[in-house]
Amino acid sequence: MTTPPTAPGSESTVSSDGAGDSRPGMIEAVPVRHPGRWVAIAVIALLVAMLLNLFLTNDAFNWSFVFEAMFQSPVIEGLIRGTLLGTAGSMLIGITFGIVLAVMRLSANPVLSGVAWVFTWFFRAVPRLVLLTIMGALGVLYPDGLGLGLPFGEQLMNLFGISNDLTFATLDANQIFGGIIGGIIGLGLSEAAYMAEIARAGILSVDEGQNEAACALGMSNGLATRRVVLPQAMRVIVPPTGNETIAMVKDTSLLIGIPVSNELFFQLTSIGSRTYQTFPVLVAAVIWYLVICSVLMVVQSRLEAHFGRGFGTTPPGATDSGFKARMLSMVGGSK
Amino acid sequence: MNASLPLVRAVNVHKSFHGVEVLSGIDLDVAEREVVCLLGPSGSGKTTFLRCINQLETIQGGRIWVDGDLAGYVERGDKLHRLGDKQIAAQRREIGMVFQRFNLFPHMTAVGNVMEAPVKVAGKRKAEARKRALELLDRVGLSDRADAYPGQLSGGQQQRVAIARALAMDPKLMLFDEPTSALDPELVGDVLDVMRELAGGGMTMIVVTHEMGFAREVADRIVFMDGGVVVEQGPPDDVINNPQHERTKTFLSRIREEKEEHAAALKDRAEAEQL
Repeated sequence: MTTPPTAPGSESTVSSDGAGDSRPGMIEAVPVRHPGRWVAIAVIALLVAMLLNLFLTNDAFNWSFVFEAMFQSPVIEGLIRGTLLGTAGSMLIGITFGIVLAVMRLSANPVLSGVAWVFTWFFRAVPRLVLLTIMGALGVLYPDGLGLGLPFGEQLMNLFGISNDLTFATLDANQIFGGIIGGIIGLGLSEAAYMAEIARAGILSVDEGQNEAACALGMSNGLATRRVVLPQAMRVIVPPTGNETIAMVKDTSLLIGIPVSNELFFQLTSIGSRTYQTFPVLVAAVIWYLVICSVLMVVQSRLEAHFGRGFGTTPPGATDSGFKARMLSMVGGSK
Repeated sequence: MNASLPLVRAVNVHKSFHGVEVLSGIDLDVAEREVVCLLGPSGSGKTTFLRCINQLETIQGGRIWVDGDLAGYVERGDKLHRLGDKQIAAQRREIGMVFQRFNLFPHMTAVGNVMEAPVKVAGKRKAEARKRALELLDRVGLSDRADAYPGQLSGGQQQRVAIARALAMDPKLMLFDEPTSALDPELVGDVLDVMRELAGGGMTMIVVTHEMGFAREVADRIVFMDGGVVVEQGPPDDVINNPQHERTKTFLSRIREEKEEHAAALKDRAEAEQL
């Protein structure tokens, strides 16, 4: 063991008589060895090699067919008009309705908060595939078409002895509910139930003092919510919303319940059953979902950075915790 | 509005939380350009009373007038009608408030915080509001931190931004709710300097504070509260040096003891560090 200097005062005399700097310098210690980590790396390397071997040598993958199938025009159309449009539309409805439901849920009006609770209760309980199947069948309720007009217009006019029912447009209910619109509505309402809980947690995470400060400046409740509370709630709302969006990309494959067949997964599997290449088309679907979700993850991290401004979102020491830096530190070459 | 009324008139104000009475009949008049410090032990209701003045709390009894307007209600015939959200918001515009925990908007820069209400509430143009916000930040000594987010400012700087933010709406009355209680001791001075300057400029202020030195020096009147009522009030020197009421005496002597203990502790620490 090295002996520590006896007292802080004594070393100044040592250095002053020119015997060299005896105060401890930079630390260049031998790092702790982690043999377990190297074993883990070896095992993982072996498994990765086996996986690559499987990918490259097993003919069932038929990679050229995978890429061919990925870019078939019905697949691309299903990707854009089913998967992407379905995700965007249903998330738009889900987020908008979700925030409205969250505000209703937190309202002092017991009817509003009760309605929000019942909505959430219903749409969280019904599985999406079941819900979409129901949406597709809703046309049964409106055999004469979906009339747009005054509520109870027919009854109201009967009261005055007039035969007009105040309907100014009639839509084909089967066309509305049986297509992508029905799918977007169904998935959107289901999503709203989950988004309501996420938005509520976000709103509750904002300190009450923020609302008070906004009110003290003369803001109305609505303005205070829009300008002060919601922007801060977004910091809490965005990460789980990213998860929900990614989950929604995958749930668009349920659109077949309506049935909407113009959708990525159905189009690929139908190519598979036509050509008997059932496995490669599944690989093609996985690759497309991976691509979409990767793009969404980038968007999500941008949004998090935007709404995290003023909160110091960069974790301390982030530059040291990257993959490269950690690998280098394992071989003792972190300089 | 009404020349015969003081800027703030509170008459027989009652407030209770869940059946527990916190204010039991407060009467207080504050004249224009007057600086009033509210003192009292914790739980005496001084913060609650301050929050009642700009209607962050609703009162159950009595009346409060600010600048001649009855707070929260309008009197038609012999009936009181509750005002709507927008009208209450309009009444609050006359009153600036500074909070113990600053409550700056963390997602906006310092200048963004100060501009927010003039732009969104008063409908001023952005460039104009920004110019005025920078002037106000300069006045509180923070012109160089205009683009910093609250999280990048010290507590004292945040509180000064909060004062600038309240001043941006050109209030007739400023309420301070223990503005220095959440600050490190060495940061208290800057905030008190800004408040002192504000008082010197003729702003009407009601300040809940434990800073006896500030109260003695700046206040025109000290109001001592305990148990939800005003126990005694008067010029600072009278109340602090010659309190009439037993409860005031107890409170002041306890404050003095604490101050001496604090000073003794500081001295001990300084001596310990020298060894």
